[in-house]
Amino acid sequence: MSHTTPNLLDIEGLEVRFHGERTVHAINGLDLTLKPGEVMTILGESGSGKSVTLKALLKLLPEKRTAMSGAMRVDGIDVMALTGRALSDYRGKTVSMIFQEPALALDPVYTIGDQIAEAVIRHERVSKREAMDRALDMLKRVRIPSPESRLKNYPHEMSGGMRQRAMIALALACKPDLLLADEPTTALDATVQIQVLLLLRELQKEFGMGIIFVTHDIGVAVEISDRIAVMYAGNIVEEGSVAEIIKDPRHPYTKGLLEANLHDADPSETLTSIPGSPPPLDVKPDHCSFAPRCAYAEARCFKALPPVLKPGPGRRVACILEEGRAPVMTPAREPEPA
Amino acid sequence: MLAYTLQRLLYVIPVAFGVSVICFMLVHIAPGDPLTAVMPIDATAEQQAAMRAEYGFDRPLPVQFAIWLTNALQGDLGASIATGRPVASEVSRAVGNTLILAFTASLIGFPLGIFFGFVAGIFKDTLIDRAVTAFAITGVSVPNYWLGIVLVVIFSVTLGWLPSMGAGPGGSTNWAWDYEHLRFIILPAVTLAVVPMGIVTRTVRALVGDILSQDFIGALKAKGLSRFGVLRHVVRNVTPTTLSVVGLQLGYLLGGSILIETVFNWPGTGFLLSNAIFQRDLPLLQGTILVLALFFVFANLIVDLLQPLVDPRIKRG
Repeated sequence: MSHTTPNLLDIEGLEVRFHGERTVHAINGLDLTLKPGEVMTILGESGSGKSVTLKALLKLLPEKRTAMSGAMRVDGIDVMALTGRALSDYRGKTVSMIFQEPALALDPVYTIGDQIAEAVIRHERVSKREAMDRALDMLKRVRIPSPESRLKNYPHEMSGGMRQRAMIALALACKPDLLLADEPTTALDATVQIQVLLLLRELQKEFGMGIIFVTHDIGVAVEISDRIAVMYAGNIVEEGSVAEIIKDPRHPYTKGLLEANLHDADPSETLTSIPGSPPPLDVKPDHCSFAPRCAYAEARCFKALPPVLKPGPGRRVACILEEGRAPVMTPAREPEPA
Repeated sequence: MLAYTLQRLLYVIPVAFGVSVICFMLVHIAPGDPLTAVMPIDATAEQQAAMRAEYGFDRPLPVQFAIWLTNALQGDLGASIATGRPVASEVSRAVGNTLILAFTASLIGFPLGIFFGFVAGIFKDTLIDRAVTAFAITGVSVPNYWLGIVLVVIFSVTLGWLPSMGAGPGGSTNWAWDYEHLRFIILPAVTLAVVPMGIVTRTVRALVGDILSQDFIGALKAKGLSRFGVLRHVVRNVTPTTLSVVGLQLGYLLGGSILIETVFNWPGTGFLLSNAIFQRDLPLLQGTILVLALFFVFANLIVDLLQPLVDPRIKRG
């Protein structure tokens, strides 16, 4: 791996475990890198650990019930080591986030203007007036009509699409280097979805920040991103450019996802789906998590974690099917003692 | 805003009318003849009838109500059967004393309740939370007249620190905010404050816990707010509902407590009511209940009027 620019984001061997009535191994040794200004989609079904990865990056997971290990660096900042003031300086300034349901992610009793200005004041120590001017500017940039009056609106006085635009304005107000987007269009109507996606793409060009976009919708992933990482049972099973993933999926799970896609299905075709359901993550996976649902599974798939192979630059597949076709990044390994 | 205010004010009229009907009727539904208490035992049937006519008890109830309401609207609540003094002046003196007690109990109960509620809500499911919740439930569950008696036994009888009866050297008419008088109010005010404090604690605890589990708290942290910054948002979110609960409890405090005022011989409305009940003093009873009920209505009116100022989701106008 040779690169001239340092990575914006480096995640190495991230593990996230939740303790509670039962233990859940949500993220199991995840590696992920992102270059500045790159847009990456993490694609996966519910419970695959997409949102947990984003929340881990902002250390938003409930402290008491969460055990995290591994390394995360953003802009050279060691995220794992951040606490207190340094952590809150990092949140919203270096990395910020937009949420799935803007109606729930905005404080209902503060005006939109106040909520944006609050972030600006927090990170840039400017006067209330200046912060409000910035808020107004941000509302203009997210193309909210009559921004002057919207500034004084409460969240309940806006439509879903407008709220998500306001949320984006809030997240970008302090010019973060990395924007995390947790299914930001899932709660919106289809037509509004497209508008918000197009807006995000424009804003990305304008502000130049890197984006990690989490979704279960392949159509959305294609629309917005440069690269796609497919996530299953708390790890990435395949990663590549959008074209590579769509035209040449290598992992059986990715293939299954693409076949289950409705977007350009022929109406006469029977829809296919992946048989079975994702594994319960109450034990740490010691073999390929997808093997029980995989048509190509062999005996050894149930014995050890799959090797990670590298069919091309920036491409990786965690499956034995790639063996012999691509160089090995990580060999198949016996599970480490937990 | 103006339209909302006017609307709330207009709502008071039918509510107050309903309240007056109930106050008047309740007393009449109660068994027993109001005049037996004041009539000589050997009064003849004619004497009884004459007396009944004098007080107007011989007329049909709706007529009695109409007369009573007309007079009440002019500030005349009739005369006490037992003492012959005007009910309005008796009630207003008692109301003054109850207000003093309610005000003092509010100063103790509400700030403490809100504080404890926040602490328990923030440290939900920890030892602190359990301790505070246990304390609050005890406060709500213990019969407060019993608590009053226990406090009297400890602080008046055993330790001799505080007086146990009455409203101080000024008697029932001349209250003053000085040490000599305040000594007398401590025990009844503390006793009276315990229940509202417990209720406010539990409400605020539940509200804070609920708000802290909302998605936007994560979003507030995500934009870099400190713990204190997040807490500011929690306070603002918790305020509207807390205000309504405090308003209701204030109504309860203004109503005075028959039992506590009786235990401590506090010359307020509760004390007046208990006397009126035992003496079957109908006009006094009706007048006192009416004034107390109207207090409750107005306490709620004030909360309603304040509500849109703290909660933008309540439609204005």
